[in-house]
Amino acid sequence: MFLLDFRPDEITAIKRSRRGATGAAAGSLPLGILTALLLARGRFWGRGALDILVHLPLVLPPVVTGYVLLLLFGRHGPIGHFLEATIGVVFAFRWTGAALASAVMGFPLMVRAIRLGIEAVDRRLEEAAGTLGAPPLWVFFTVTLPLMLPGIIAGTILAFARSLGEFGATITFVSNIPGETETVPTAIFSLTQVPGGDAGALRLTLVAILLSVVALVASEVAARGAARRVAGL
Amino acid sequence: MSLEVDIEHRLGAFRLQARFTARAGLTVLFGRSGAGKTTLVNVIAGLLRPDRGRIAVDGSVLLDTERGIFVPRHRRRVGYVFQGSRLFPHLSVRQNLLYGHWFTPRSERREQLDRVVALLGIGALLERRPGRLSGGETQRVALGRALLASPRLLLMDEPLAALDEARKAEILPYIERLRDEAGVPIVYVSHSLPEVVRLATSLVLLEGGAVVAEGAAAEVMGRLDLSALFGAREAGAFIEARVLGHDAAFGLTRLAAAGGELRVPRLDLAVGSRLRLRIRARDVMIADRPPQGLSALNALAGRIAALRLEEGAIAELALDLGGERVLARVTRQAVHDLALAPGREIYAVIKSITFERQNAAAFEESSEI
Repeated sequence: MFLLDFRPDEITAIKRSRRGATGAAAGSLPLGILTALLLARGRFWGRGALDILVHLPLVLPPVVTGYVLLLLFGRHGPIGHFLEATIGVVFAFRWTGAALASAVMGFPLMVRAIRLGIEAVDRRLEEAAGTLGAPPLWVFFTVTLPLMLPGIIAGTILAFARSLGEFGATITFVSNIPGETETVPTAIFSLTQVPGGDAGALRLTLVAILLSVVALVASEVAARGAARRVAGL
Repeated sequence: MSLEVDIEHRLGAFRLQARFTARAGLTVLFGRSGAGKTTLVNVIAGLLRPDRGRIAVDGSVLLDTERGIFVPRHRRRVGYVFQGSRLFPHLSVRQNLLYGHWFTPRSERREQLDRVVALLGIGALLERRPGRLSGGETQRVALGRALLASPRLLLMDEPLAALDEARKAEILPYIERLRDEAGVPIVYVSHSLPEVVRLATSLVLLEGGAVVAEGAAAEVMGRLDLSALFGAREAGAFIEARVLGHDAAFGLTRLAAAGGELRVPRLDLAVGSRLRLRIRARDVMIADRPPQGLSALNALAGRIAALRLEEGAIAELALDLGGERVLARVTRQAVHDLALAPGREIYAVIKSITFERQNAAAFEESSEI
């Protein structure tokens, strides 16, 4: 059956995609929660600017985002050069770069969902926890965080799904190197550019659909469980 | 134990300026909606930082703006039962109960889960989630949660407001047990006179953000100058009574009050039980001699302590019935015709008594007698 007859570089692309998307979603989660907290509850100068900065990748053409990443995180970019010199991490033309591009593109969606989750938390419950003797940090970990879980789940799944589909920023930032930075979307794109690539493109398309469905079902199940918990049932 | 409060706070056009002292027992903060009751307890709990003031519990200072002291809420050890229970929805009843207990230093833990669970009758609910509790159960768990943090002071902000009469009747006995057995002083916000009569040891009256009176509950409610605050329909004092016995033939219960004996429709109470009877000013008639040929059963002898003529046809009297205060609302013409004046000996004919029947569906009812 040609549909299951994956070629090695297609398998690699699938693995890279999954690993990149997982890394992007999981790696950006702490920063996503922190940013969402700052935007939902912070009262500081520059909050509006932060809000705009976070949302930029959502509205900018992905190619522009990818190019900015290349300028900043490329081997000669200020951040890329610094990271390579200090901790030896290279983003340019590596799978880590693909993950970074995915994380940046998924970040606005993640922050938006988590922020909605935070705004749904009844602050009076935090007051109650305080009167029961819980210091602020404990209140956050025992009351706020569990109650914003539906938002965190939604945000993570959205970021994961966005990462799976990331194309423009990835191909601009890290190009499409088979076995290194090639992901399912970029692989499909290059397969459609060569004669006889139709079967491979179709196989990868089915894989993309399958991954998306699994992600959506998983998020639905997790979100329902979390919502029940938050409702006190 | 004592709680001293002296604070000032401005919220927009509203100005709260309150100074009072609460001692052991249950102190009701009474006032209309918007009088500043909730703001005041929020300040005591540390949820709100007032512009100026000082708060101390047993001499330990929680707030002193002059000396720059503001103890954060989690270090005050002031329990708070909120109007909506504010149980944590993601935790079980047991976890909710133990939440504050866990944060209480071991040496300061006075309450144990078993004792509180027994006191509040919530043993069957421990593994449930808050979303699966009835309104009355929810409030009992909230009470237990606050109690298990072993607070030095317990604040209760209209804990019964969201409940129907039957649920109120279910909770009141537990609050009484807390007041009498747990030994924690309670500050209880309410705008319900039945609750005041049932629970209050002392009473602090709030009006427009200021304390207008404070003192023993019976004393404050018996003051003529304050009766307007309770409303013309509801104003009236309460007296203490004891069950003397039951009269099977007529279905009555005989009660001993300081001013004499009263008879009311049969109460389901043992001989010797104590209860408080609320007597509304509009339910008291005045006679200048022992009344005869009246259907009313209850006439107590006493003396007029004070008289206040109101605008229009109405006059209000404060009566001294064997040392207890009762208010009466009569016409100015009656004052003139009967030559009513302070010091005059009179008989108070009580047309209706409002009391609570313990363990009954409605926690307060009136009897025409």
